[in-house]
Amino acid sequence: MGDKKKQKMTPEQQQYQQLEQKHELKRPVVKNCIKAFLVGGLICTIGQAITYFYIYFFNFTEQTAGNPTVATMIFLSMLLTGFGVYDHIGQFAGAGSAVPVTGFGNSVISAAIEHRTEGFVLGVGGNMFKLAGSVILFGVFAAFVVALVKTLLIMMGVL
Amino acid sequence: MPMFFWAFVVGGLICVFGQLMFDIVKLTPAHTMSLLVVIGAVLDGFGLYEPLMDFAGAGATIPITSFGNSLVHGALQEAEQHGLVGVLTGMFEITSSGISAAVIFGFIGALIFKPKG
Repeated sequence: MGDKKKQKMTPEQQQYQQLEQKHELKRPVVKNCIKAFLVGGLICTIGQAITYFYIYFFNFTEQTAGNPTVATMIFLSMLLTGFGVYDHIGQFAGAGSAVPVTGFGNSVISAAIEHRTEGFVLGVGGNMFKLAGSVILFGVFAAFVVALVKTLLIMMGVL
Repeated sequence: MPMFFWAFVVGGLICVFGQLMFDIVKLTPAHTMSLLVVIGAVLDGFGLYEPLMDFAGAGATIPITSFGNSLVHGALQEAEQHGLVGVLTGMFEITSSGISAAVIFGFIGALIFKPKG
């Protein structure tokens, strides 16, 4: 809350703000972090097992095995989202289920399923990237800037 | 076996960082994920993400930060061969599996499953 915003408010609004702050539920930060750590770590461990599976059975190298692993994890998150399990995991784990790629997959897939009643073109097609779109936008733009700067620096012989 | 351990620890810690963004900075999940992707991209720009992947395996490739990392990585790989144009053409080179899997499985999911509630 900026000071400027505070000055604009009427005394009643300021009182309400104070009341709201007093009654706002304290988030159990430590407990949430432990849950996020355990679930997020577990998802990554499963990912590691899938990575080894691709290395041993499909002759991927350690560098390239990341790609099929990500695809497999997204496939798994489709199943979990479809059967409504991922919502429960998300309730429990918070960021532990949102930060791994399965969370990215879940946001795409749940949006797709949720909007299918509006039809496949306008509903599913139009809303699929409603949540994941911001991740793609900022990822791509940041990557563009970083890669551009680094390429220019290499070209100029700085790096 | 140590790889599983480090994947668990590093992956878990990245999730804790996300959880702290939720609870203490009070960002929405969308903001947090966008921020993590940008962090991943910047880390790869400094060449720091690759050592982390060698060290932690899936602990670094599964969190969303690796999306930013592989975007930069693909762009730089192509840029090495084709100069500045490569930044555009190579952007999705490595990430294509993630994006296409999300699109394809998302659509299949919408075909199979009905919304609940």
